[in-house]
Amino acid sequence: MRKIWVIVRKEWAEVFKNRFVFFTIAFMPLILTALPLIMLSVMGSSGDMAGLSTSDMPSQFTALCGSLSGSDCAQYYLVSQFLLLFMLMPLAIPVTFAAYSIVGEKTTRTLEPVLATPVTTLQLLVGKALAAAIPAIGVTWFSFGVFIAGVQLITSNGALTGQLGAGVWLLAIFVAGPLMAVAAVSVAVMVSSRASDPRVAEQLSMLVILPLLGLFFGQISGFILINQRVMIYLVLGLVVIDAALMVFATQLFQREAILTRWK
Amino acid sequence: MIHTEHLTKDFGEKRAVDDLTLDVGEGEIFGFLGPNGAGKTTTIRMLGALIKPSSGQARVAGYALDHDETEIRRRVGILTEAPGLYDRLSAERNLEFFAELYDVPDVPGQVERYLRMLGLWERRAEAAATFSKGMRQKLAIARALLHEPQVLFLDEPTSGLDPEIARLVRDFIEELKVEGRTIFLCTHNLDEADRLCDRVAVFNGHLLALDTPAALRGQLYERAVVFHLRQVDPAWAVKLESFPFVRKAEVVEGKLVVTLDDPEANNPKLIRTLVEAGADLQFVGELRRSLEDVYLRLVQ
Repeated sequence: MRKIWVIVRKEWAEVFKNRFVFFTIAFMPLILTALPLIMLSVMGSSGDMAGLSTSDMPSQFTALCGSLSGSDCAQYYLVSQFLLLFMLMPLAIPVTFAAYSIVGEKTTRTLEPVLATPVTTLQLLVGKALAAAIPAIGVTWFSFGVFIAGVQLITSNGALTGQLGAGVWLLAIFVAGPLMAVAAVSVAVMVSSRASDPRVAEQLSMLVILPLLGLFFGQISGFILINQRVMIYLVLGLVVIDAALMVFATQLFQREAILTRWK
Repeated sequence: MIHTEHLTKDFGEKRAVDDLTLDVGEGEIFGFLGPNGAGKTTTIRMLGALIKPSSGQARVAGYALDHDETEIRRRVGILTEAPGLYDRLSAERNLEFFAELYDVPDVPGQVERYLRMLGLWERRAEAAATFSKGMRQKLAIARALLHEPQVLFLDEPTSGLDPEIARLVRDFIEELKVEGRTIFLCTHNLDEADRLCDRVAVFNGHLLALDTPAALRGQLYERAVVFHLRQVDPAWAVKLESFPFVRKAEVVEGKLVVTLDDPEANNPKLIRTLVEAGADLQFVGELRRSLEDVYLRLVQ
Protein backbone atom coordinates (compact mmCIF):
# COMPACT_ATOMS: atom_id res chain seq x y z
CA MET A 1 0.00 0.00 0.00
CA ARG A 2 2.90 2.34 0.80
CA LYS A 3 4.34 1.93 -2.69
CA ILE A 4 0.95 2.63 -4.27
CA TRP A 5 0.85 5.88 -2.33
CA VAL A 6 4.43 6.68 -3.43
CA ILE A 7 3.27 6.29 -7.04
CA VAL A 8 0.14 8.37 -6.47
CA ARG A 9 2.17 11.23 -4.97
CA LYS A 10 4.65 11.15 -7.84
CA GLU A 11 1.85 11.17 -10.41
CA TRP A 12 0.21 14.17 -8.78
CA ALA A 13 3.52 16.00 -8.43
CA GLU A 14 4.20 15.49 -12.12
CA VAL A 15 0.82 15.77 -13.80
CA PHE A 16 -0.36 18.81 -11.85
CA LYS A 17 2.72 20.64 -13.13
CA ASN A 18 1.20 20.21 -16.59
CA ARG A 19 -0.94 23.33 -17.02
CA PHE A 20 -3.20 21.74 -19.61
CA VAL A 21 -4.15 18.92 -17.28
CA PHE A 22 -4.52 21.26 -14.34
CA PHE A 23 -6.89 23.57 -16.23
CA THR A 24 -8.93 20.64 -17.53
CA ILE A 25 -9.40 19.38 -14.00
CA ALA A 26 -10.23 22.85 -12.69
CA PHE A 27 -12.24 24.24 -15.62
CA MET A 28 -14.67 21.41 -16.35
CA PRO A 29 -16.13 21.19 -12.81
CA LEU A 30 -16.43 24.96 -12.74
CA ILE A 31 -18.50 25.01 -15.96
CA LEU A 32 -20.59 21.95 -15.14
CA THR A 33 -21.41 23.26 -11.68
CA ALA A 34 -22.06 26.85 -12.70
CA LEU A 35 -24.25 26.04 -15.72
CA PRO A 36 -27.24 24.48 -13.89
CA LEU A 37 -27.01 27.10 -11.15
CA ILE A 38 -27.10 29.93 -13.70
CA MET A 39 -30.08 28.34 -15.49
CA LEU A 40 -31.87 27.82 -12.22
CA SER A 41 -31.24 31.41 -11.26
CA VAL A 42 -32.40 32.77 -14.65
CA MET A 43 -35.52 30.60 -14.79
CA GLY A 44 -36.36 31.34 -11.18
CA SER A 45 -36.04 35.11 -11.59
CA SER A 46 -38.07 35.12 -14.83
CA GLY A 47 -41.07 33.76 -12.92
CA ASP A 48 -41.72 31.08 -15.54
CA MET A 49 -42.05 28.40 -12.92
CA ALA A 50 -44.33 30.27 -10.57
CA GLY A 51 -47.78 28.78 -10.31
CA LEU A 52 -46.85 25.54 -12.07
CA SER A 53 -48.77 22.50 -10.86
CA THR A 54 -47.50 18.93 -10.68
CA SER A 55 -50.16 18.10 -13.25
CA ASP A 56 -48.11 20.18 -15.73
CA MET A 57 -45.19 17.76 -15.30
CA PRO A 58 -44.67 14.46 -17.16
CA SER A 59 -46.47 11.81 -15.14
CA GLN A 60 -43.32 9.69 -14.55
CA PHE A 61 -41.52 12.73 -13.29
CA THR A 62 -44.07 13.74 -10.69
CA ALA A 63 -43.37 10.41 -9.02
CA LEU A 64 -39.77 11.54 -8.57
CA CYS A 65 -40.80 14.82 -7.00
CA GLY A 66 -42.42 13.22 -4.00
CA SER A 67 -44.08 15.88 -1.89
CA LEU A 68 -42.61 18.83 -3.81
CA SER A 69 -44.99 21.51 -5.02
CA GLY A 70 -45.51 22.14 -8.74
CA SER A 71 -42.98 24.97 -9.01
CA ASP A 72 -40.46 23.08 -6.81
CA CYS A 73 -40.94 20.02 -8.98
CA ALA A 74 -40.34 22.14 -12.08
CA GLN A 75 -37.09 23.40 -10.56
CA TYR A 76 -36.11 19.88 -9.63
CA TYR A 77 -36.96 18.77 -13.18
CA LEU A 78 -34.77 21.52 -14.57
CA VAL A 79 -31.70 20.76 -12.46
CA SER A 80 -32.20 17.01 -12.94
CA GLN A 81 -31.54 17.52 -16.64
CA PHE A 82 -28.00 18.31 -15.58
CA LEU A 83 -27.51 15.25 -13.44
CA LEU A 84 -25.93 13.28 -16.26
CA LEU A 85 -23.79 16.19 -17.36
CA PHE A 86 -22.66 16.45 -13.76
CA MET A 87 -21.57 12.83 -14.03
CA LEU A 88 -19.25 13.77 -16.90
CA MET A 89 -16.68 14.85 -14.35
CA PRO A 90 -15.69 11.42 -13.03
CA LEU A 91 -15.53 10.22 -16.65
CA ALA A 92 -13.63 13.00 -18.37
CA ILE A 93 -11.14 14.07 -15.69
CA PRO A 94 -9.47 10.63 -15.21
CA VAL A 95 -9.20 10.25 -18.99
CA THR A 96 -7.22 13.47 -19.29
CA PHE A 97 -5.11 12.58 -16.27
CA ALA A 98 -4.41 8.96 -17.22
CA ALA A 99 -3.69 9.77 -20.86
CA TYR A 100 -0.96 12.22 -19.84
CA SER A 101 0.30 10.02 -17.02
CA ILE A 102 0.63 6.80 -19.03
CA VAL A 103 1.45 8.04 -22.54
CA GLY A 104 3.73 10.62 -20.93
CA GLU A 105 5.70 7.74 -19.40
CA LYS A 106 5.95 6.16 -22.83
CA THR A 107 7.18 9.26 -24.58
CA THR A 108 9.76 10.09 -21.92
CA ARG A 109 10.70 6.40 -21.54
CA THR A 110 10.39 6.54 -17.78
CA LEU A 111 8.46 3.30 -17.35
CA GLU A 112 11.43 0.97 -17.75
CA PRO A 113 13.35 2.34 -14.76
CA VAL A 114 10.15 2.08 -12.69
CA LEU A 115 9.57 -1.51 -13.80
CA ALA A 116 13.18 -2.30 -12.86
CA THR A 117 12.35 -1.55 -9.21
CA PRO A 118 10.74 -4.13 -6.89
CA VAL A 119 7.32 -2.51 -7.43
CA THR A 120 4.76 -5.01 -8.73
CA THR A 121 2.83 -4.36 -11.93
CA LEU A 122 -0.40 -4.36 -9.93
CA GLN A 123 0.95 -1.73 -7.51
CA LEU A 124 1.94 0.42 -10.46
CA LEU A 125 -1.41 0.05 -12.21
CA VAL A 126 -3.40 0.67 -9.04
CA GLY A 127 -1.20 3.68 -8.20
CA LYS A 128 -1.76 5.20 -11.62
CA ALA A 129 -5.47 4.43 -11.54
CA LEU A 130 -5.92 5.96 -8.08
CA ALA A 131 -3.87 9.00 -9.04
CA ALA A 132 -6.30 9.60 -11.92
CA ALA A 133 -9.51 8.61 -10.15
CA ILE A 134 -9.09 10.30 -6.74
CA PRO A 135 -8.92 13.90 -8.08
CA ALA A 136 -11.89 13.21 -10.36
CA ILE A 137 -14.02 11.75 -7.58
CA GLY A 138 -12.91 14.43 -5.12
CA VAL A 139 -13.65 17.23 -7.55
CA THR A 140 -17.06 15.69 -8.38
CA TRP A 141 -18.00 15.44 -4.72
CA PHE A 142 -16.74 18.92 -3.98
CA SER A 143 -18.63 20.33 -6.97
CA PHE A 144 -21.75 18.53 -5.83
CA GLY A 145 -21.40 20.17 -2.44
CA VAL A 146 -20.99 23.57 -4.07
CA PHE A 147 -23.99 22.80 -6.29
CA ILE A 148 -26.24 21.90 -3.35
CA ALA A 149 -25.15 25.04 -1.51
CA GLY A 150 -25.77 27.08 -4.68
CA VAL A 151 -29.25 25.63 -5.14
CA GLN A 152 -30.11 26.45 -1.53
CA LEU A 153 -28.72 29.96 -1.95
CA ILE A 154 -30.64 30.61 -5.17
CA THR A 155 -33.95 28.98 -4.30
CA SER A 156 -33.92 29.19 -0.48
CA ASN A 157 -35.98 26.01 -0.83
CA GLY A 158 -35.03 23.36 1.71
CA ALA A 159 -37.42 20.83 0.19
CA LEU A 160 -35.73 21.09 -3.22
CA THR A 161 -32.25 20.91 -1.72
CA GLY A 162 -33.32 17.91 0.36
CA GLN A 163 -34.59 16.17 -2.75
CA LEU A 164 -31.21 16.73 -4.47
CA GLY A 165 -29.42 15.29 -1.44
CA ALA A 166 -31.24 11.98 -1.57
CA GLY A 167 -32.05 9.01 -3.78
CA VAL A 168 -31.04 9.18 -7.39
CA TRP A 169 -28.56 12.05 -6.98
CA LEU A 170 -26.73 10.34 -4.13
CA LEU A 171 -26.49 7.13 -6.11
CA ALA A 172 -25.27 9.05 -9.14
CA ILE A 173 -22.64 11.10 -7.36
CA PHE A 174 -21.39 8.71 -4.69
CA VAL A 175 -21.73 5.29 -6.37
CA ALA A 176 -22.05 5.66 -10.14
CA GLY A 177 -19.44 8.47 -10.20
CA PRO A 178 -16.55 6.43 -8.73
CA LEU A 179 -17.56 3.44 -10.90
CA MET A 180 -17.45 5.69 -13.96
CA ALA A 181 -14.01 6.96 -12.92
CA VAL A 182 -12.77 3.35 -12.76
CA ALA A 183 -14.22 2.69 -16.23
CA ALA A 184 -12.59 5.83 -17.60
CA VAL A 185 -9.18 4.93 -16.14
CA SER A 186 -9.41 1.40 -17.56
CA VAL A 187 -10.28 2.71 -21.01
CA ALA A 188 -7.46 5.27 -20.78
CA VAL A 189 -4.98 2.51 -19.85
CA MET A 190 -6.11 0.41 -22.81
CA VAL A 191 -5.98 3.27 -25.29
CA SER A 192 -2.70 4.55 -23.89
CA SER A 193 -1.10 1.15 -24.42
CA ARG A 194 -1.52 1.67 -28.16
CA ALA A 195 -1.32 5.46 -28.58
CA SER A 196 1.97 7.30 -28.59
CA ASP A 197 0.68 10.85 -28.22
CA PRO A 198 -1.11 11.98 -25.05
CA ARG A 199 -3.55 14.11 -27.05
CA VAL A 200 -4.50 11.19 -29.30
CA ALA A 201 -4.91 8.97 -26.25
CA GLU A 202 -7.08 11.57 -24.58
CA GLN A 203 -9.27 12.09 -27.64
CA LEU A 204 -9.77 8.37 -28.17
CA SER A 205 -10.41 7.75 -24.48
CA MET A 206 -12.97 10.54 -24.47
CA LEU A 207 -15.20 8.24 -26.54
CA VAL A 208 -16.01 6.68 -23.16
CA ILE A 209 -18.37 9.62 -22.51
CA LEU A 210 -20.56 8.80 -25.55
CA PRO A 211 -22.91 6.39 -23.74
CA LEU A 212 -23.44 9.01 -21.05
CA LEU A 213 -24.20 11.68 -23.66
CA GLY A 214 -26.65 9.22 -25.23
CA LEU A 215 -28.43 8.95 -21.89
CA PHE A 216 -28.41 12.72 -21.55
CA PHE A 217 -30.00 13.32 -24.94
CA GLY A 218 -32.43 10.45 -24.29
CA GLN A 219 -33.49 12.19 -21.11
CA ILE A 220 -33.94 15.70 -22.51
CA SER A 221 -35.87 14.31 -25.48
CA GLY A 222 -38.16 12.42 -23.10
CA PHE A 223 -37.19 8.86 -24.13
CA ILE A 224 -35.54 8.02 -20.83
CA LEU A 225 -36.24 9.22 -17.34
CA ILE A 226 -33.33 8.83 -14.96
CA ASN A 227 -35.09 7.67 -11.83
CA GLN A 228 -33.78 5.59 -8.96
CA ARG A 229 -34.50 2.28 -10.71
CA VAL A 230 -32.63 3.37 -13.87
CA MET A 231 -29.75 4.57 -11.73
CA ILE A 232 -29.58 1.19 -9.91
CA TYR A 233 -29.47 -0.58 -13.28
CA LEU A 234 -26.79 1.85 -14.40
CA VAL A 235 -24.74 1.12 -11.27
CA LEU A 236 -25.10 -2.66 -11.73
CA GLY A 237 -24.16 -2.33 -15.39
CA LEU A 238 -21.13 -0.25 -14.45
CA VAL A 239 -19.98 -2.89 -11.96
CA VAL A 240 -19.98 -5.50 -14.74
CA ILE A 241 -18.38 -3.14 -17.27
CA ASP A 242 -15.71 -2.09 -14.76
CA ALA A 243 -14.82 -5.69 -13.99
CA ALA A 244 -14.44 -6.52 -17.69
CA LEU A 245 -12.49 -3.35 -18.47
CA MET A 246 -10.16 -3.87 -15.51
CA VAL A 247 -9.36 -7.41 -16.65
CA PHE A 248 -8.51 -6.15 -20.15
CA ALA A 249 -6.54 -3.19 -18.84
CA THR A 250 -4.55 -5.37 -16.41
CA GLN A 251 -3.68 -7.77 -19.21
CA LEU A 252 -2.44 -4.92 -21.38
CA PHE A 253 -0.51 -3.45 -18.47
CA GLN A 254 1.83 -6.42 -18.13
CA ARG A 255 5.52 -5.75 -17.56
CA GLU A 256 6.71 -7.51 -20.70
CA ALA A 257 3.94 -6.05 -22.88
CA ILE A 258 4.81 -2.53 -21.71
CA LEU A 259 8.50 -2.94 -22.43
CA THR A 260 8.30 -4.73 -25.72
CA ARG A 261 5.03 -3.66 -27.31
CA TRP A 262 4.43 -0.12 -26.08
CA LYS A 263 5.88 1.80 -28.99
CA MET B 1 27.37 -13.14 -9.54
CA ILE B 2 25.65 -13.69 -12.89
CA HIS B 3 25.25 -17.15 -14.28
CA THR B 4 23.22 -18.04 -17.35
CA GLU B 5 22.58 -21.40 -18.95
CA HIS B 6 21.17 -21.66 -22.47
CA LEU B 7 19.22 -18.45 -21.94
CA THR B 8 16.91 -17.87 -24.89
CA LYS B 9 14.29 -15.26 -25.69
CA ASP B 10 11.82 -15.37 -28.56
CA PHE B 11 9.46 -12.61 -29.62
CA GLY B 12 6.95 -14.49 -31.72
CA GLU B 13 8.87 -15.97 -34.63
CA LYS B 14 11.94 -13.88 -33.97
CA ARG B 15 14.67 -15.24 -31.70
CA ALA B 16 16.30 -12.26 -30.01
CA VAL B 17 18.69 -14.14 -27.71
CA ASP B 18 19.83 -17.64 -28.55
CA ASP B 19 21.34 -20.08 -26.09
CA LEU B 20 23.38 -17.65 -24.03
CA THR B 21 25.62 -19.31 -21.46
CA LEU B 22 28.04 -17.21 -19.45
CA ASP B 23 29.37 -16.46 -15.97
CA VAL B 24 30.28 -13.08 -14.57
CA GLY B 25 32.25 -13.00 -11.35
CA GLU B 26 31.83 -10.73 -8.33
CA GLY B 27 33.55 -7.38 -8.78
CA GLU B 28 34.10 -7.94 -12.47
CA ILE B 29 33.46 -5.39 -15.22
CA PHE B 30 32.01 -7.48 -18.01
CA GLY B 31 31.65 -5.95 -21.46
CA PHE B 32 28.73 -7.07 -23.60
CA LEU B 33 29.40 -5.96 -27.16
CA GLY B 34 27.33 -6.32 -30.27
CA PRO B 35 25.71 -4.42 -33.13
CA ASN B 36 22.34 -2.68 -32.87
CA GLY B 37 19.53 -5.22 -32.64
CA ALA B 38 21.90 -7.95 -31.44
CA GLY B 39 19.77 -8.64 -28.35
CA LYS B 40 21.92 -6.84 -25.77
CA THR B 41 19.06 -4.83 -24.27
CA THR B 42 16.84 -7.92 -24.27
CA THR B 43 19.57 -9.77 -22.35
CA ILE B 44 19.82 -6.96 -19.80
CA ARG B 45 16.04 -6.93 -19.43
CA MET B 46 16.01 -10.68 -18.80
CA LEU B 47 18.86 -10.54 -16.29
CA GLY B 48 17.26 -7.55 -14.56
CA ALA B 49 14.03 -9.59 -14.18
CA LEU B 50 12.10 -7.19 -16.39
CA ILE B 51 11.07 -9.81 -18.93
CA LYS B 52 10.95 -13.58 -18.73
CA PRO B 53 13.22 -15.81 -20.81
CA SER B 54 11.53 -18.19 -23.25
CA SER B 55 13.84 -20.98 -22.11
CA GLY B 56 17.06 -21.52 -20.20
CA GLN B 57 18.00 -20.50 -16.70
CA ALA B 58 19.88 -17.75 -14.95
CA ARG B 59 20.93 -16.73 -11.47
CA VAL B 60 21.67 -13.12 -10.62
CA ALA B 61 23.12 -12.11 -7.24
CA GLY B 62 22.36 -15.62 -6.02
CA TYR B 63 18.68 -15.62 -7.00
CA ALA B 64 17.02 -17.67 -9.71
CA LEU B 65 15.44 -15.69 -12.49
CA ASP B 66 12.33 -17.84 -12.67
CA HIS B 67 11.57 -17.75 -8.89
CA ASP B 68 12.92 -14.63 -7.26
CA GLU B 69 12.24 -11.78 -9.64
CA THR B 70 11.52 -9.23 -6.93
CA GLU B 71 14.65 -10.20 -4.98
CA ILE B 72 16.72 -9.80 -8.14
CA ARG B 73 15.22 -6.36 -8.81
CA ARG B 74 16.16 -5.33 -5.26
CA ARG B 75 19.78 -6.30 -5.90
CA VAL B 76 20.41 -4.98 -9.38
CA GLY B 77 20.58 -1.48 -10.74
CA ILE B 78 19.82 -0.77 -14.37
CA LEU B 79 20.93 2.23 -16.35
CA THR B 80 18.62 2.12 -19.34
CA GLU B 81 19.67 3.29 -22.77
CA ALA B 82 17.55 6.44 -22.43
CA PRO B 83 17.89 8.21 -19.06
CA GLY B 84 14.08 8.15 -18.62
CA LEU B 85 13.73 10.99 -16.12
CA TYR B 86 10.58 12.76 -15.00
CA ASP B 87 11.23 16.08 -16.69
CA ARG B 88 8.81 18.16 -14.62
CA LEU B 89 10.21 16.90 -11.33
CA SER B 90 13.37 18.19 -9.72
CA ALA B 91 16.52 16.09 -9.65
CA GLU B 92 15.99 15.49 -5.96
CA ARG B 93 12.34 14.46 -6.38
CA ASN B 94 13.29 12.10 -9.22
CA LEU B 95 15.71 10.29 -6.92
CA GLU B 96 13.41 10.37 -3.89
CA PHE B 97 10.69 8.62 -5.88
CA PHE B 98 12.99 5.76 -6.87
CA ALA B 99 14.57 5.55 -3.42
CA GLU B 100 11.08 5.05 -1.97
CA LEU B 101 10.25 2.38 -4.53
CA TYR B 102 13.48 0.57 -3.64
CA ASP B 103 12.70 0.81 0.11
CA VAL B 104 15.94 2.70 0.77
CA PRO B 105 16.11 3.17 4.60
CA ASP B 106 17.43 6.75 4.67
CA VAL B 107 15.91 8.36 1.58
CA PRO B 108 17.07 11.99 2.09
CA GLY B 109 20.57 10.88 3.15
CA GLN B 110 21.05 8.52 0.25
CA VAL B 111 19.68 11.02 -2.28
CA GLU B 112 22.04 13.69 -0.99
CA ARG B 113 24.98 11.28 -1.05
CA TYR B 114 24.58 10.44 -4.73
CA LEU B 115 23.65 13.95 -5.82
CA ARG B 116 26.86 15.19 -4.20
CA MET B 117 28.92 12.28 -5.54
CA LEU B 118 27.87 13.06 -9.09
CA GLY B 119 28.15 16.83 -8.74
CA LEU B 120 24.42 17.58 -8.93
CA TRP B 121 23.73 18.71 -5.38
CA GLU B 122 23.78 22.43 -6.16
CA ARG B 123 21.13 21.92 -8.85
CA ARG B 124 18.98 19.46 -6.93
CA ALA B 125 15.90 21.70 -6.93
CA GLU B 126 15.89 22.26 -10.69
CA ALA B 127 13.60 20.33 -13.00
CA ALA B 128 15.30 17.50 -14.86
CA ALA B 129 14.09 19.04 -18.13
CA THR B 130 16.58 21.88 -17.65
CA PHE B 131 19.54 19.52 -17.40
CA SER B 132 22.12 18.95 -20.13
CA LYS B 133 22.49 15.47 -21.60
CA GLY B 134 25.52 14.79 -19.40
CA MET B 135 23.72 15.88 -16.25
CA ARG B 136 20.72 13.76 -17.16
CA GLN B 137 22.96 10.75 -17.61
CA LYS B 138 24.63 11.40 -14.26
CA LEU B 139 21.21 11.65 -12.61
CA ALA B 140 20.19 8.35 -14.24
CA ILE B 141 23.39 6.73 -12.93
CA ALA B 142 22.62 8.06 -9.44
CA ARG B 143 19.14 6.57 -9.72
CA ALA B 144 20.56 3.16 -10.65
CA LEU B 145 22.84 3.23 -7.59
CA LEU B 146 20.52 4.61 -4.90
CA HIS B 147 19.71 1.22 -3.42
CA GLU B 148 23.36 0.11 -3.45
CA PRO B 149 22.91 -2.77 -5.92
CA GLN B 150 25.38 -5.64 -6.02
CA VAL B 151 25.04 -5.90 -9.79
CA LEU B 152 24.83 -2.95 -12.13
CA PHE B 153 23.64 -3.19 -15.72
CA LEU B 154 24.80 -0.22 -17.76
CA ASP B 155 23.36 0.17 -21.24
CA GLU B 156 25.50 2.61 -23.26
CA PRO B 157 26.48 4.75 -20.24
CA THR B 158 28.63 7.22 -22.21
CA SER B 159 26.64 7.33 -25.44
CA GLY B 160 26.35 10.88 -26.77
CA LEU B 161 28.29 12.44 -23.89
CA ASP B 162 31.08 14.94 -24.43
CA PRO B 163 34.60 13.56 -23.77
CA GLU B 164 34.91 15.25 -20.39
CA ILE B 165 31.65 13.85 -19.00
CA ALA B 166 32.31 10.48 -20.65
CA ARG B 167 35.66 10.35 -18.86
CA LEU B 168 33.98 11.23 -15.58
CA VAL B 169 31.46 8.43 -16.05
CA ARG B 170 34.21 5.95 -16.91
CA ASP B 171 36.18 6.96 -13.82
CA PHE B 172 33.02 6.51 -11.79
CA ILE B 173 32.52 3.01 -13.20
CA GLU B 174 36.07 2.14 -12.16
CA GLU B 175 35.33 3.42 -8.66
CA LEU B 176 32.29 1.16 -8.54
CA LYS B 177 34.47 -1.80 -9.44
CA VAL B 178 36.82 -0.90 -6.57
CA GLU B 179 33.77 -1.01 -4.28
CA GLY B 180 33.31 -4.63 -5.38
CA ARG B 181 30.22 -4.22 -7.52
CA THR B 182 29.71 -6.39 -10.55
CA ILE B 183 29.19 -4.34 -13.68
CA PHE B 184 27.60 -5.65 -16.86
CA LEU B 185 28.44 -3.05 -19.47
CA CYS B 186 26.78 -2.79 -22.87
CA THR B 187 28.65 -0.36 -25.06
CA HIS B 188 29.42 0.48 -28.65
CA ASN B 189 32.51 2.32 -27.53
CA LEU B 190 35.09 -0.43 -28.00
CA ASP B 191 37.93 1.68 -26.71
CA GLU B 192 35.94 2.15 -23.51
CA ALA B 193 35.31 -1.60 -23.26
CA ASP B 194 39.00 -2.27 -23.85
CA ARG B 195 40.00 0.09 -21.07
CA LEU B 196 37.35 -0.82 -18.52
CA CYS B 197 36.42 -4.46 -18.97
CA ASP B 198 38.07 -7.45 -17.38
CA ARG B 199 36.37 -9.66 -19.97
CA VAL B 200 34.18 -9.02 -22.96
CA ALA B 201 31.55 -11.03 -24.79
CA VAL B 202 30.88 -10.34 -28.44
CA PHE B 203 27.24 -11.08 -29.07
CA ASN B 204 25.00 -10.99 -32.11
CA GLY B 205 21.87 -12.93 -31.22
CA HIS B 206 24.19 -15.63 -29.96
CA LEU B 207 27.56 -15.58 -28.27
CA LEU B 208 30.42 -15.15 -30.78
CA ALA B 209 33.35 -14.91 -28.37
CA LEU B 210 34.07 -14.44 -24.69
CA ASP B 211 37.43 -13.73 -23.11
CA THR B 212 39.70 -10.95 -21.93
CA PRO B 213 40.34 -8.29 -24.60
CA ALA B 214 44.00 -9.37 -24.79
CA ALA B 215 43.13 -13.04 -25.18
CA LEU B 216 40.61 -12.26 -27.92
CA ARG B 217 43.30 -10.34 -29.80
CA GLY B 218 45.63 -13.30 -29.39
CA GLN B 219 43.01 -15.73 -30.65
CA LEU B 220 42.26 -13.74 -33.77
CA TYR B 221 45.52 -12.06 -34.64
CA GLU B 222 49.13 -13.23 -34.55
CA ARG B 223 51.51 -10.91 -32.76
CA ALA B 224 53.42 -8.45 -34.90
CA VAL B 225 56.21 -5.92 -34.38
CA VAL B 226 56.64 -2.61 -36.23
CA PHE B 227 60.11 -1.32 -36.99
CA HIS B 228 60.33 2.41 -37.76
CA LEU B 229 63.46 2.87 -39.90
CA ARG B 230 65.03 5.96 -41.45
CA GLN B 231 64.94 4.15 -44.81
CA VAL B 232 63.52 0.73 -45.61
CA ASP B 233 65.19 -1.76 -47.91
CA PRO B 234 62.75 -4.48 -49.07
CA ALA B 235 65.65 -6.95 -48.97
CA TRP B 236 65.61 -6.70 -45.15
CA ALA B 237 62.09 -8.11 -45.11
CA VAL B 238 63.25 -11.08 -47.16
CA LYS B 239 66.18 -11.56 -44.81
CA LEU B 240 63.97 -11.52 -41.71
CA GLU B 241 61.58 -14.03 -43.26
CA SER B 242 64.43 -16.57 -43.30
CA PHE B 243 64.11 -16.91 -39.49
CA PRO B 244 61.91 -19.90 -38.61
CA PHE B 245 59.95 -17.90 -35.97
CA VAL B 246 59.01 -15.17 -38.48
CA ARG B 247 55.68 -15.81 -40.18
CA LYS B 248 55.62 -12.76 -42.37
CA ALA B 249 57.69 -9.63 -42.95
CA GLU B 250 56.48 -6.80 -45.18
CA VAL B 251 56.94 -3.09 -45.78
CA VAL B 252 53.80 -1.17 -44.94
CA GLU B 253 53.65 2.63 -45.28
CA GLY B 254 57.42 2.95 -44.96
CA LYS B 255 57.62 0.70 -41.92
CA LEU B 256 58.74 -2.88 -41.60
CA VAL B 257 55.98 -5.01 -40.09
CA VAL B 258 57.01 -8.44 -38.88
CA THR B 259 54.55 -11.11 -37.73
CA LEU B 260 56.33 -13.57 -35.45
CA ASP B 261 56.10 -16.02 -32.59
CA ASP B 262 57.14 -14.98 -29.10
CA PRO B 263 58.30 -11.39 -29.76
CA GLU B 264 59.73 -11.06 -26.24
CA ALA B 265 62.30 -13.79 -27.01
CA ASN B 266 62.89 -13.14 -30.70
CA ASN B 267 62.82 -9.33 -31.09
CA PRO B 268 66.50 -8.92 -30.02
CA LYS B 269 67.59 -11.26 -32.86
CA LEU B 270 65.60 -9.22 -35.41
CA ILE B 271 66.98 -5.93 -34.11
CA ARG B 272 70.56 -7.24 -34.23
CA THR B 273 70.06 -8.51 -37.78
CA LEU B 274 68.63 -5.20 -38.99
CA VAL B 275 71.40 -3.13 -37.35
CA GLU B 276 74.07 -5.43 -38.83
CA ALA B 277 72.42 -4.98 -42.25
CA GLY B 278 72.84 -1.20 -41.86
CA ALA B 279 69.33 -0.19 -40.89
CA ASP B 280 68.92 3.06 -38.91
CA LEU B 281 66.41 1.96 -36.29
CA GLN B 282 64.25 4.78 -34.90
CA PHE B 283 61.53 3.00 -32.88
CA VAL B 284 60.34 -0.54 -32.28
CA GLY B 285 56.86 -1.33 -31.03
CA GLU B 286 54.25 -4.03 -30.95
CA LEU B 287 51.50 -3.69 -33.54
CA ARG B 288 48.56 -3.45 -31.20
CA ARG B 289 45.27 -4.67 -32.61
CA SER B 290 42.38 -2.73 -31.23
CA LEU B 291 39.30 -4.35 -29.75
CA GLU B 292 37.52 -2.75 -32.69
CA ASP B 293 39.56 -4.96 -35.07
CA VAL B 294 38.62 -7.99 -33.01
CA TYR B 295 34.97 -6.98 -32.83
CA LEU B 296 34.61 -6.25 -36.53
CA ARG B 297 36.28 -9.50 -37.48
CA LEU B 298 33.95 -11.47 -35.20
CA VAL B 299 30.76 -9.66 -36.15
CA GLN B 300 31.40 -9.57 -39.87
